[in-house]
Amino acid sequence: MERFTAFESAMAVLPVDNIDTDQIIPARFLKTISKEGLGDQLFYDWRYEADGSPKGDFVLNSGAARSAQVLLAGDNFGCGSSREHAPWALTQYGFRAVISTSFADIFKGNSLKNSLLPVVVSREIHAKLLQQAAGDPQSKVRVDLERQTLTLADGTECRFAVDEFSKTCMLEGVDELGYLLKHEAEIAAYEAAHAGGLDTVGVGL
Amino acid sequence: MTKPRNIIEKLWDAHVVAEPAGAPSLLYIDLHLVHEVTSPQAFEGLRQRGLKVRRPDKTFGTCDHSTPTTPRDLPIVDPIARAQVEQFEKNCTEFGIPHFGFLNKRQGIVHVIGPEYGLTHPGMTVVCGDSHTATHGAFGALAFGIGTSQVEHVLATQTLLQRKSKSFAVRVNGALRPGVTAKDIILALIARIGVGGGTECVFEFTGSTIRALTMEERMTVCNMSIEGGARAGLIAPDDVTYEFLKGRAFAPQGAAWDAAVARWKELPSDEGATYDKEIAIDGAALEPMITFGTNPGMGMAISGVVPDPAAVSDSVERETLKKALEYMALEAGKPLAGKPIDVVFIGSCTNSRMSDLRAAASVLKGRKVSGKVRVMVVPGSQQIKREAEAEGLDRVFREAGAEWREAGCSMCIAMNGDQLAPGQYSVSTSNRNFEGRQGKGGRTFLASPLTAAASAVTGVVTDPRSIK
Ligand code: SF4
Repeated sequence: MERFTAFESAMAVLPVDNIDTDQIIPARFLKTISKEGLGDQLFYDWRYEADGSPKGDFVLNSGAARSAQVLLAGDNFGCGSSREHAPWALTQYGFRAVISTSFADIFKGNSLKNSLLPVVVSREIHAKLLQQAAGDPQSKVRVDLERQTLTLADGTECRFAVDEFSKTCMLEGVDELGYLLKHEAEIAAYEAAHAGGLDTVGVGL
Repeated sequence: MTKPRNIIEKLWDAHVVAEPAGAPSLLYIDLHLVHEVTSPQAFEGLRQRGLKVRRPDKTFGTCDHSTPTTPRDLPIVDPIARAQVEQFEKNCTEFGIPHFGFLNKRQGIVHVIGPEYGLTHPGMTVVCGDSHTATHGAFGALAFGIGTSQVEHVLATQTLLQRKSKSFAVRVNGALRPGVTAKDIILALIARIGVGGGTECVFEFTGSTIRALTMEERMTVCNMSIEGGARAGLIAPDDVTYEFLKGRAFAPQGAAWDAAVARWKELPSDEGATYDKEIAIDGAALEPMITFGTNPGMGMAISGVVPDPAAVSDSVERETLKKALEYMALEAGKPLAGKPIDVVFIGSCTNSRMSDLRAAASVLKGRKVSGKVRVMVVPGSQQIKREAEAEGLDRVFREAGAEWREAGCSMCIAMNGDQLAPGQYSVSTSNRNFEGRQGKGGRTFLASPLTAAASAVTGVVTDPRSIK
């Protein structure tokens, strides 16, 4: 994983609540056995007509949003299916942070493991961000994970919460599996103390 | 005196491997279920790092999502789906994971076969790269969905980094009225708390209504916990649980069974245990439910009318409802009952078990489905298919004019070719009515098998209580 550094970017705005992972990446694209090539399928059914031509009124097809690294979305973003293809598609498209008033649990966890930062803001800040983007779609926000701050174009700065452990992993560009593997001794001790249990191999069918 | 604990806390405490400073806890996983869609990248990750599967004896695989529901002597026509299923079987074989491949006689939806073969036990932690893993909570297990990175973590270490969830008691009391089912309980809960209402929580379903449910019905309730935003939902085990589990292939046998039951009896929440959140639902007041919108929280009693966005004060919420009604092409203030439909789907890990098929058959027996409606009945597993056929249910469905298909996820997720055409309406016993979930442009009304079967007969959204 790459180290997550502070950045400034314009926002792509999708002011809809409860955007589910089936919208972020429709299920028919989940037949892949690879992680690659999902950026083109991001929000596919909202982004393209039946004949594959881009829908003019969808935000990702508008000039200002095309290079945005920040997605501003409605409440409870990422609900539904646990597919990690959702953060894969978002990051491959070029997003590095999503701002919302809340995130669904599994999506949030999946995002943090893929260097996609979920930024939770208050309703007031959310409303201000919507206003900022409506006023000037090119206007930028600054996302600083180290300081846990989001800075609006007018200089308003707000702090956001992030899991300390995930923050360290993202800043240092390390993944959790390496960390887990270091706990071999404790895992072995737990298994020794809890022997037995299920044996899916041993019992015949 | 030790502090009274609820079952969620007991399950958590029993599985903590380590609590490193400055990091989440390491939680031990007792059962890891894998399927073809969310595992290939995890196996690839293992290969890249040169890792093995730590406990293949606690891991089990099945293919269900991309698999066709056409007769099994036909090949998988879609080359991408076929490659995925083949890769899945190859991965399981290479890493020594027991699994039901596409042609195995026991293949089925992952959350159906787990309980069917007694893989899921009370007191376990169960994970799967699938958000409906909560289904297994019906047995008093802490069961939740994970992403593909975490699938790799569990394959490699049998543990996960986890923060403790909040506990959310859902108390349902009273006798359900005729025509009201387990599906209606969970749809009613989600309609009340919304699709984000249980975020960061685990539900414990309690109360007399829940106690009176069979295991299959309990699975239906727990299955849709994720639709209320909770990662898991569970029900404390009791005699109904033990009765169901006893004698199944992977259930403990003999003396081990007695010892296990004694352990499981310690699981229910202690007298005086507290919860972070609570809600009470009057089971006796429930009606058959149906969804009208594009998330499972947009639901109502079948006698209700579609809500009006103009009555919503928050602007984003209002736009969200407006967008949903536009997609569904529904008018605010109008009832859903009587709305013509194109397809009825009876299946999915929510409602594809024997009792669901029997409920649907009880309505369809001696009747014909409407000539305007395509009706698909998809059993949750090959085992259920055989049982249903032994009981003659397949004949009831076929004689009524419904399709009787092979097991799998089918039109719940529409990955395998079973799908709605753009603009079509379905009444579906599955769990998600998201835009395009059942096929691009398709429109889904979620409901119980009784409501689905009643609607199949009339060709319009129908209250099952009106079919005499
Ligand atoms: S039946 Fe539907 S919800 Fe259940 S596992 Fe399959 S796709 Fe997921």
